[in-house]
Formats: sequence, C-alpha cells, structure tokens
Amino acid sequence: MNTDTHAAHADDHHHGDGHAHGSFSTYMLGFVLSVVLTAIPFWLVMSGALPSKQITALVIMAFAVVQIVVHMIYFLHMNTTSENGWSMMALIFTIVMVVIALSGSLWVMNHLNSNMMPIHQMTGMK
Amino acid sequence: MSPDLLKLIFGRLTFESLPLHEPIVVGTFAVVATGGLIMVAGLTYFRVWGYLWSEWFTSVDHKRIGIMYMILGIVMLLRGFADALMMRLQQALAFGGSEGYLNSHHYDQVFTAHGVIMIFFVAMPLVTGLMNFVVPLQIGARDVSFPFLNNFSFWMTVGGAVLVMASLFIGEFARTGWLAYPPLSNIGYSPDVGVDYYIWGLQVAGVGTTLSGINLICTIVKLRCPGMTMMRMPVFTWTALCTNVLIVASFPVLTVVLALLSLDRYVGTNFFTNDFGGSPMMYVNLIWIWGHPEVYILVLPAFGIFSEVTSTFSGKRLFGYTSMVYATVVITILSYLVWLHHFFTMGSGASVNSFFGITTMIISIPTGAKMFNWLFTMYRGRIRFELPMMWTIAFMLTFVLGGMTGVLLAVPPADFVLHNSLFLIAHFHNVIIGGVVFGAFAGIGYWFPKAFGFKLDPFWGKLSFWFWVTGFYLAFMPLYVLGLMGVTRRLRVFDDPSLQIWFIVAGIGAFLVFLGILSMLIQFAVSFLRREQLKDVTGDPWDARTLEWATSSPPPAYNFAFTPVVHDNDAWWDMKKRGYQRPLLGFKPIHMPSSTGTGIILAGLATAMGFGLIWYIWWLAAASFIAMLAVGIGHTFNYHRDFDIPADDVIRAEDARTKLLAGAK
Amino acid sequence: MTVAVNPTQTGEPVFYLADEHPHPEGYSTSLGFWIYLMSDCLIFAILFATFGVLGGNYAAGPAPKDLFELPLVAVNTSMLLLSSITYGFAMLTMQQNKIAQTQMWLAITGLFGAAFIGIELSEFAHMIHEGATPQRSAFLSAFFTLVGTHGLHVSCGLIWLVTLMVQVWKFGLIEANRRRLMCLSMFWHFLDVVWIGVFTFVYLLGVLR
Repeated sequence: MNTDTHAAHADDHHHGDGHAHGSFSTYMLGFVLSVVLTAIPFWLVMSGALPSKQITALVIMAFAVVQIVVHMIYFLHMNTTSENGWSMMALIFTIVMVVIALSGSLWVMNHLNSNMMPIHQMTGMK
Repeated sequence: MSPDLLKLIFGRLTFESLPLHEPIVVGTFAVVATGGLIMVAGLTYFRVWGYLWSEWFTSVDHKRIGIMYMILGIVMLLRGFADALMMRLQQALAFGGSEGYLNSHHYDQVFTAHGVIMIFFVAMPLVTGLMNFVVPLQIGARDVSFPFLNNFSFWMTVGGAVLVMASLFIGEFARTGWLAYPPLSNIGYSPDVGVDYYIWGLQVAGVGTTLSGINLICTIVKLRCPGMTMMRMPVFTWTALCTNVLIVASFPVLTVVLALLSLDRYVGTNFFTNDFGGSPMMYVNLIWIWGHPEVYILVLPAFGIFSEVTSTFSGKRLFGYTSMVYATVVITILSYLVWLHHFFTMGSGASVNSFFGITTMIISIPTGAKMFNWLFTMYRGRIRFELPMMWTIAFMLTFVLGGMTGVLLAVPPADFVLHNSLFLIAHFHNVIIGGVVFGAFAGIGYWFPKAFGFKLDPFWGKLSFWFWVTGFYLAFMPLYVLGLMGVTRRLRVFDDPSLQIWFIVAGIGAFLVFLGILSMLIQFAVSFLRREQLKDVTGDPWDARTLEWATSSPPPAYNFAFTPVVHDNDAWWDMKKRGYQRPLLGFKPIHMPSSTGTGIILAGLATAMGFGLIWYIWWLAAASFIAMLAVGIGHTFNYHRDFDIPADDVIRAEDARTKLLAGAK
Repeated sequence: MTVAVNPTQTGEPVFYLADEHPHPEGYSTSLGFWIYLMSDCLIFAILFATFGVLGGNYAAGPAPKDLFELPLVAVNTSMLLLSSITYGFAMLTMQQNKIAQTQMWLAITGLFGAAFIGIELSEFAHMIHEGATPQRSAFLSAFFTLVGTHGLHVSCGLIWLVTLMVQVWKFGLIEANRRRLMCLSMFWHFLDVVWIGVFTFVYLLGVLR
C-alpha cells in the first residue's frame, strides 16, 4: 500500500515535474508510426482493398487503437512512473469510464430502439 | 425608441417579463428586496465592504472559501425549503374541487426550482464547503493545490445560484422538473426563458464544480504531509478524494448534455427532438450517466463525516478502516454502472433492465459494510451524545430505511409500479435528507468550533435536531403510503378526498422541519452571542483524532506553523498519546498564495454572459465573453501570485496561542 | 514507513518538520492539467456516444457517403499530425534553451493548426451550402457538434499558443513559461488523439457505412 514515495518530498528538487521528455528520435519515431498508421486506414477505405466492409471496419478500428497508444507513448510521454503512477491511474480510470459511457449508451439505446420502434419503421430502417 | 432597437438592447427582456401579475412573487420580491436593502445599508453603515472584499471575496484561503460555500448552501436552503413548504401546502389544500393557492404555471416552477436548488445550490455547496475547509487541514497542507482556482470555482457556483435566483423576479424558471427532460424542455414546448435559466445556471455552476473537483484531487494526491500514506488518510479525506474523482468524471457529461440541449434550443439542431432522427431518450440516458454518480458525490463525503464523528464520539479508532476505504472505492466505481435504474420503464428490455437492477442491488453491499463498521465502532465505545453524534445515529436509522426502499425500487418489475410515484420521492428524500443533510449538519456541528473557535449552542441544536427528525418522518412516511397507492409525483390537484389526510400529515411534517431550520438559525445567532461561554481555546474541543484538531481554532492562515509528520491513521490521537510537544521556537517565514479579485470578476462576467444568453441580449453575451477572455489572459501575465508571511507574524500568532493554551490549563 | 526527516537523531518520534522547503511553484500543475484533460476526454466520449447513437439517423437527408471527401480529410489529418511533430520540436528546443528556435517551431505549429481550422471551416461551409446543415438531421447535428467541438478546442489552443509566444517573448523561457508550454503540449497532443477517434469513427467508418 505504499503509493506514496512523495512523503520525502522535502528532498525533491525536481520542481515537481515528474514528466518524461522525449528526444528527437522518439518524436520522429512516433511521427513516422502515426503517419503510417493514419495512411493505411485511409488507403483501406478509399481503395476498398479488403473484401468486406466488416473486416475493413474492424481493421481500421484496430489501427486507431494502436495509433492512440503510439501518441500516448511518444507524444504525451505516458508511462507508469510519472507523478508516482497517478497519471496512469487517472488515464486507466478515464478509459474505464469512457468505455462504460460509450458502450453502455450504445447498448441501452440500441435495445430501446429495437424494442420500442414500431415494426414497419424497423423494417424500413434496416 | 423603435421596437427593433429595444430588441437589440434588451433582447426578449420586456417590462412584461417581470412577474407583476403574480401576487405571491411580488410579495416575496418585496420581502427579499427590503431584506437585501437593509443588509446592504447595514454593511455600508458599518463600513465592512472593504473588509469583506479584501478578507473574504478575494481570499484564496481554503478555510474562508469553505465557509463561504457553507453560507451559500444555508442561504439557498432557505429558498429551496420555501419552495418545499409551498408545495406541501398546495398539495394539502388542493382537494375536493379546490385549486389550492398556486396556479399551474407557478407550481411547476416551484417543484423544478426546489429540486435544482436543493441539489446544486444546497447539497453541493455544503459538501464542497466541508471538503474545502477540512481536507487541507486533515492532510496537514497549507492550502489547496490551486488556490486561485478555488476562489474562482466558488464564485462560479455563486454565479449559477444568482442566475437561478434572478429567475424568480426577472422572467420565470423552468417548468420541466429538475432534470428538464426533452421534448418538454425543447424550444417547441418551453419557448420562454425558464429552461434557459436552468441551462445557464447549471453550466456556470458546473464549471466551478468541475474545477474544484480537479483542485481537491490534486490537493489530496500531491500535498499530503510527510508520513501520510494513502492508507493513513482520514476516512473523510478518502471519501473526499472519491467524491472529487466522481465530480471530474461526471460533470463533463452534464456539461455536454446541457450544451446539446441548448444547441437544440438556440440553433435548432435535432439531438433530442421528435423529428429528423432526434431521440429524447438519449437525453435521459446521458443525463443519468451524470445523475447517478451525482448522488454518490453528495453522499460519500457524508459517509466520511459520519466515520469521523462516530470514532471521535465513541473514543475509539474507526472499526475496519481498510474495509471502509475499499467500500468507498467500490461504491465510486459501481456508481457508474447503475444509471439505467432511473428509467427502467423506458423499455430497453429484460436483459438491460436485469443488468442494471443487479448492479444496483450490488451497490448496497459496500454501503451495508460501512453501516456495520459504524455500528462496530460504537460497540463498547464510550459514546458521548453530543449533537454531531445524535445526527449520526439519526442518519443510521433513517438511511437504512431509505436504502431498503432503494433496493426495493431496484427490482425492475417493482419499479414499473412505483416509477415516478410518491414512493420514489419518499425514497430519495429518505436517503438525501437522512444521508446528505444529516451528514452536513453533523459536519457543521463537528467542525464549527474548528472554524470559529467556539462551539454551537447545544440547546437550540437539540431542538433543531428533534424538529428535523420528527418532521422528516412525518413528512415522508405518508408519501411512501401514497406512492404505494399509486399517487404520482408533481401533481397539483387531487380528486380522491380520501388521500387528503396523508398530505395534511406530510404538510405538518414539513412545518416541523421549518421549525427545525428556524431553530438552527437561532442556534447560530445564540452561539454567536454566547461565544465567550462556548469558547474553545484548546483547538481540540471533542478530544478528536485527526490532524485538523492539532492546530488552533480558528486555524491561522497558514494552518500549521510547521508541516506535521504523521505516523498513524489517527495522527492527532497518536501525537497526543505519545506526548507531542507543540513547538514554541524556530518559526520561519511561510510561503502563501496572495489574494486576487480575478476569480470574482471572471465569475461575474460569466454570470452576465449567461444572463445575456438567456434573454437573447447578444451584445451583452458577446461583450462579457470577450471581457472574460481578456481578464483570463491578463491574469496569466501576473507571475507573482505568492508572498511570504513574515516570521514575526508567525511568532506573534503562535505566541498568542501559547498564552491561550496556558490560560486554559 | 519511516520518514527520512529526523533532526534530533535521538529516536524520539518526529511530529513536525523543523526545516521544510515549500513545494516548488507549479508542484501540482502537470497532474492537475492531466486530470483536466481526462475530464475533457469524457466530454468527447459523450459526444462520440451521441454520434454513435444518432449517427445513423439521416432523416432522409444526406448520408456520410454523400458528404465526406476523404482526400480532404486526409490533408486535414496531415496538418494536425505535422503540427504535433513541430510542437514536439518546440519542446525539444525549449529544453535546449533556444528561445528563437522555440518561437519559430511554435509559430509553425500555429500555422499548421490554423490551416487545419481553415480546411475544417471550408468543409463545413461547403456542406452547409449543399443543404447539409446541422439542423437537417440528427446525424448532421451530432457530426457538426463533435467535429466542431474538436475544432473549438484547436482554436482555443491557438489562442493559448499566441499568448504563450507573447509571454516567452516578454519574459523568456522562465520556469513558469516552460511549465505552461508543457501543459499546452499535453493539450495539443491530446487533441491529436481525439482526432484519431474522429477520422476513424466519423469519417472512415461513416464512408464505409
């Protein structure tokens, strides 16, 4: 339960700035990766290279997730140690909240629509 | 002047907007205006404006801001409770063909204003005020992480309250119920300013709440004194942390929902309309993603207060500290997974309803664990029945009842019967009054001597307690019965004369609560007059356990002359037991943030912008927005926001305390 | 846990710091700003949720396929990506204390940001001109609000950027300004992350739909 190494903050002369800084090479690596990870989904959708829309959708969503992680690491310098892990903790908590709010809303509203929509409209929509 | 020019200057604000045709409102206005004038005249006569401005309004001291929050909460309680009394009276009268004394136009505003004010401008300020005052002291800090932001947050809350209060006399308030569901709240059905007052009042206050949440999280994470690990934090600080996490994670949702509603109203988008693919139920879904955590935002700090009070007045360490902490954390997360129980009847189907019904029932487990912890803390303790402890016991009895009816409502089929009935009204008043309000009162009684240096008068306090508790039961138990009989909420007139007796009993209950509030105000006055007899010089009148009692009452601006080092959960108890000697020498200058008027100016401009938007006075909205931007950016050019309290001042303050303590022995 | 502050060395418990250093200025700022970003993240999450729920309700109006021009979106995305890397360069030169270069990279970042806003506004204008207004359908309401909120954030970032450039010009790369530049850096890169969500879920999946 020792989440607190800052107890000895009197000796901390790092100006409270627990943030990692990138270097030229990490920034460039992040940039190249993000360009690639952006270009491929655009190309996939614009050329229709994959056989089915579902597969394309899944693939570009996967690319988005990877790219978000890349940005988090190379541009936002996320790691488990900055601010004694509190930044990461806040991020994880937020992701959980985002997932709950997003998936919950979609689930709830989708069920509502399929339960409450008059039949003729439903067939018209699908 | 031409009508076009008038419209340009005043928007849709006309002479007819003043509710001169409503005698009740005119009477209220006369009373409020006279009272206000007397107060302003008095303050001017005694020349306290300068003092108020420099020592309070512009202060960044967390203790003063906390106290100002409490004052705001209590003032707004009077307004919100006046609404409650009016409703109870109307419902007790409107039988057998009688229309009562409120027309529907007015009555609908009254129940909306009651809900909005009680949640946003009574419960929230009381809870935020207590956290603001207590948390930095409990963790041995000098102030919060961002003192200027704290002042700004407070004034934004005031700005929201001002807008809501203004609606009483200029125009009208929403007639939609406290959550303003569309399509009723959309422009087609509510074309007047009521809903706009609602939107901008909450948006302005919401900014303040979110920022104060960020501020307190940072304070707790970053500014704990040496030795205070997470698992040595007082339980109140833990609940404050969880509450602020909830605030930061849920108020943005409210901001978005209200923004989308205002887009629908102002721009004509189709989010929550009936046409063009809009979905009013999406509003309901989104606002409860904020709304359910909001309930826990209010009640968690109350749990913290009860924990502190129980262990102090039982003279025992809190039973099951660890389980208390984990229960708090679990409630924090679970509170995000239950929002749909507010609209089971929407029709999402069995799978969705069962999921949310089950999560709702699960949340009662950690809450129950807390209840047992308090009971076991009391078990074999030397209980002192001081006022805070009395409120705590009243809470335990009342809240368990409210919790039980809550679990009942969590069963979807039962909810289909009880949805929007008076049973629901009784349930949530049962938990909010029994939990949050009793908690706030326990907290006020407990920390009042810390804030002002003298205790509250026990006689008037006990009178207030008994009026409140009996009044509460009389007011709300009949509503359970009525709800089970199928009476729905927000009704203005009734046909069935057999119901009247229940409403009369409820009305009597509300009147008793009124006497309780009155006794409480008298209690404040009497305590102030008797402050010499009630004085506490030790700084620790209750023989308490946590760090805030280690410093003087009221604490000096810098809280602690030396930052404390803690070795135990009950840090102050541990210090007392192990023969802590208060340092008398070696004082140094203390670095503190300086006061600033920027917060109140920015909030004033935000309020003006809100007013402009409500009345379509576009020039006012634009001008105040630009001014806000300019003042905000201008503020960032000020790099010198701190000063040092000279060592001499510290020595003087500490020596004065030494003398006091010596005199007490 | 033992505390490494014991001036007496006698084994007596220490209950206060006789000799303390105040927290440095801005001690909580980066965490506080991060938490603010997290709350902003939830704002976007709710807008995404709204778009997810209402995004298919065209109300017999135009659908994404009829409106979105992916090449334009790709150009816009590249503006934002380029502004991200140039902001990175600004941070790197800031660490080397090179004021002029920092200012230059900040200015370039600002230009890319402005270009992004310009392209977005012209896209909006084009859509509105074709009758695809925010009032036309729930889909378009949700689209304009989500993308517009992101654009509004970028615009705020631009105002902030200009303010900071003035402050760096007036006061130099002092500690406070470095901290502010770091906060803006987090803000800027955060908006980039949100944009990934926007181009994937709104534009690409919209065209696929």
